[in-house]
Amino acid sequence: MDVQLKRGLLDVCVLAAIKSEDSYGYKIIKDMKPYLELSESTLYTILKRLEISKMLTVCTAEHDGRLRKYYHITADGIKRIEDFKNEWKEIMSIYRFVTKEDEGDE
Amino acid sequence: MNKQEFLEQLRKGLSGLPEDDIGERLTFYREMIDDRMEDGIPEEEAVGEIGSIDELISQIISDIPLTKLVKEKITPKKNLKVWEIVLLALGSPIWLSLLIAAASVVLAIYAVLLAIIIGWWAIQIALCACAVGGIAAGIVFVCGGNGFTGIAVSGAGIVCAGLSVFTFFGCRAATKGILILTKKFAIRIKNCLIKKEEA
Repeated sequence: MDVQLKRGLLDVCVLAAIKSEDSYGYKIIKDMKPYLELSESTLYTILKRLEISKMLTVCTAEHDGRLRKYYHITADGIKRIEDFKNEWKEIMSIYRFVTKEDEGDE
Repeated sequence: MNKQEFLEQLRKGLSGLPEDDIGERLTFYREMIDDRMEDGIPEEEAVGEIGSIDELISQIISDIPLTKLVKEKITPKKNLKVWEIVLLALGSPIWLSLLIAAASVVLAIYAVLLAIIIGWWAIQIALCACAVGGIAAGIVFVCGGNGFTGIAVSGAGIVCAGLSVFTFFGCRAATKGILILTKKFAIRIKNCLIKKEEA
């Protein structure tokens, strides 16, 4: 898959994983597993990128005698998901246009 | 490999990178392993699930922008010994001039390569111009009643047109070649900096 496209998709996936409630690294990977495999180093890069672009905030909380980082989605992050949904409609109509001739062949 | 060994090896592999980057990544991977263990996965297995440490290190390094790596490289390290500073300062007339000379040679070679390619494109443009000019002049000669000259000149024009089509592919390949070379060179410089950091 095109690198830029994949990067954009992964960003939205991670945002979706923390949308309903704050989450932490391992849980994000586990929640996404049925849909797509994500390596730790990739997740780190995505979280960092989303933090820099202010789509999520990070807070450290104590859990079971150790520290754990929790990720919280911001208004910008929620907007990114909404934008993605709208973009996807456009992409689907482009997809229909691209595959129009294939259907004709069959 | 247990968690402690994994984290130590990771720290060692990343040494030379910005300290805050290392700390943050170690915290991230420690948390990842701890959470897996809390989930009931044995320690060794939890570490194994993170993946090969060498792959991880090379991926982390490739994720960090070159500018940050260079900045870290240029910033003098605090633990530089006094005699090292003295040696660096005293030796600067030698190593600095050698470094500048080496860089100049590389730049000069690159400039020459670029010049050759620009030259080829100039020939390409000249051939195209000759083709158009030759054919046009030929037509003018023929119309002016000078049939033989006209045919000869437009013949030359057509030859130029043929040659220009031929040289176009050469020019294009050469330009593509130098672009690839430039990219490879940039990557090599980056790798070179990283290796020095690891040493």
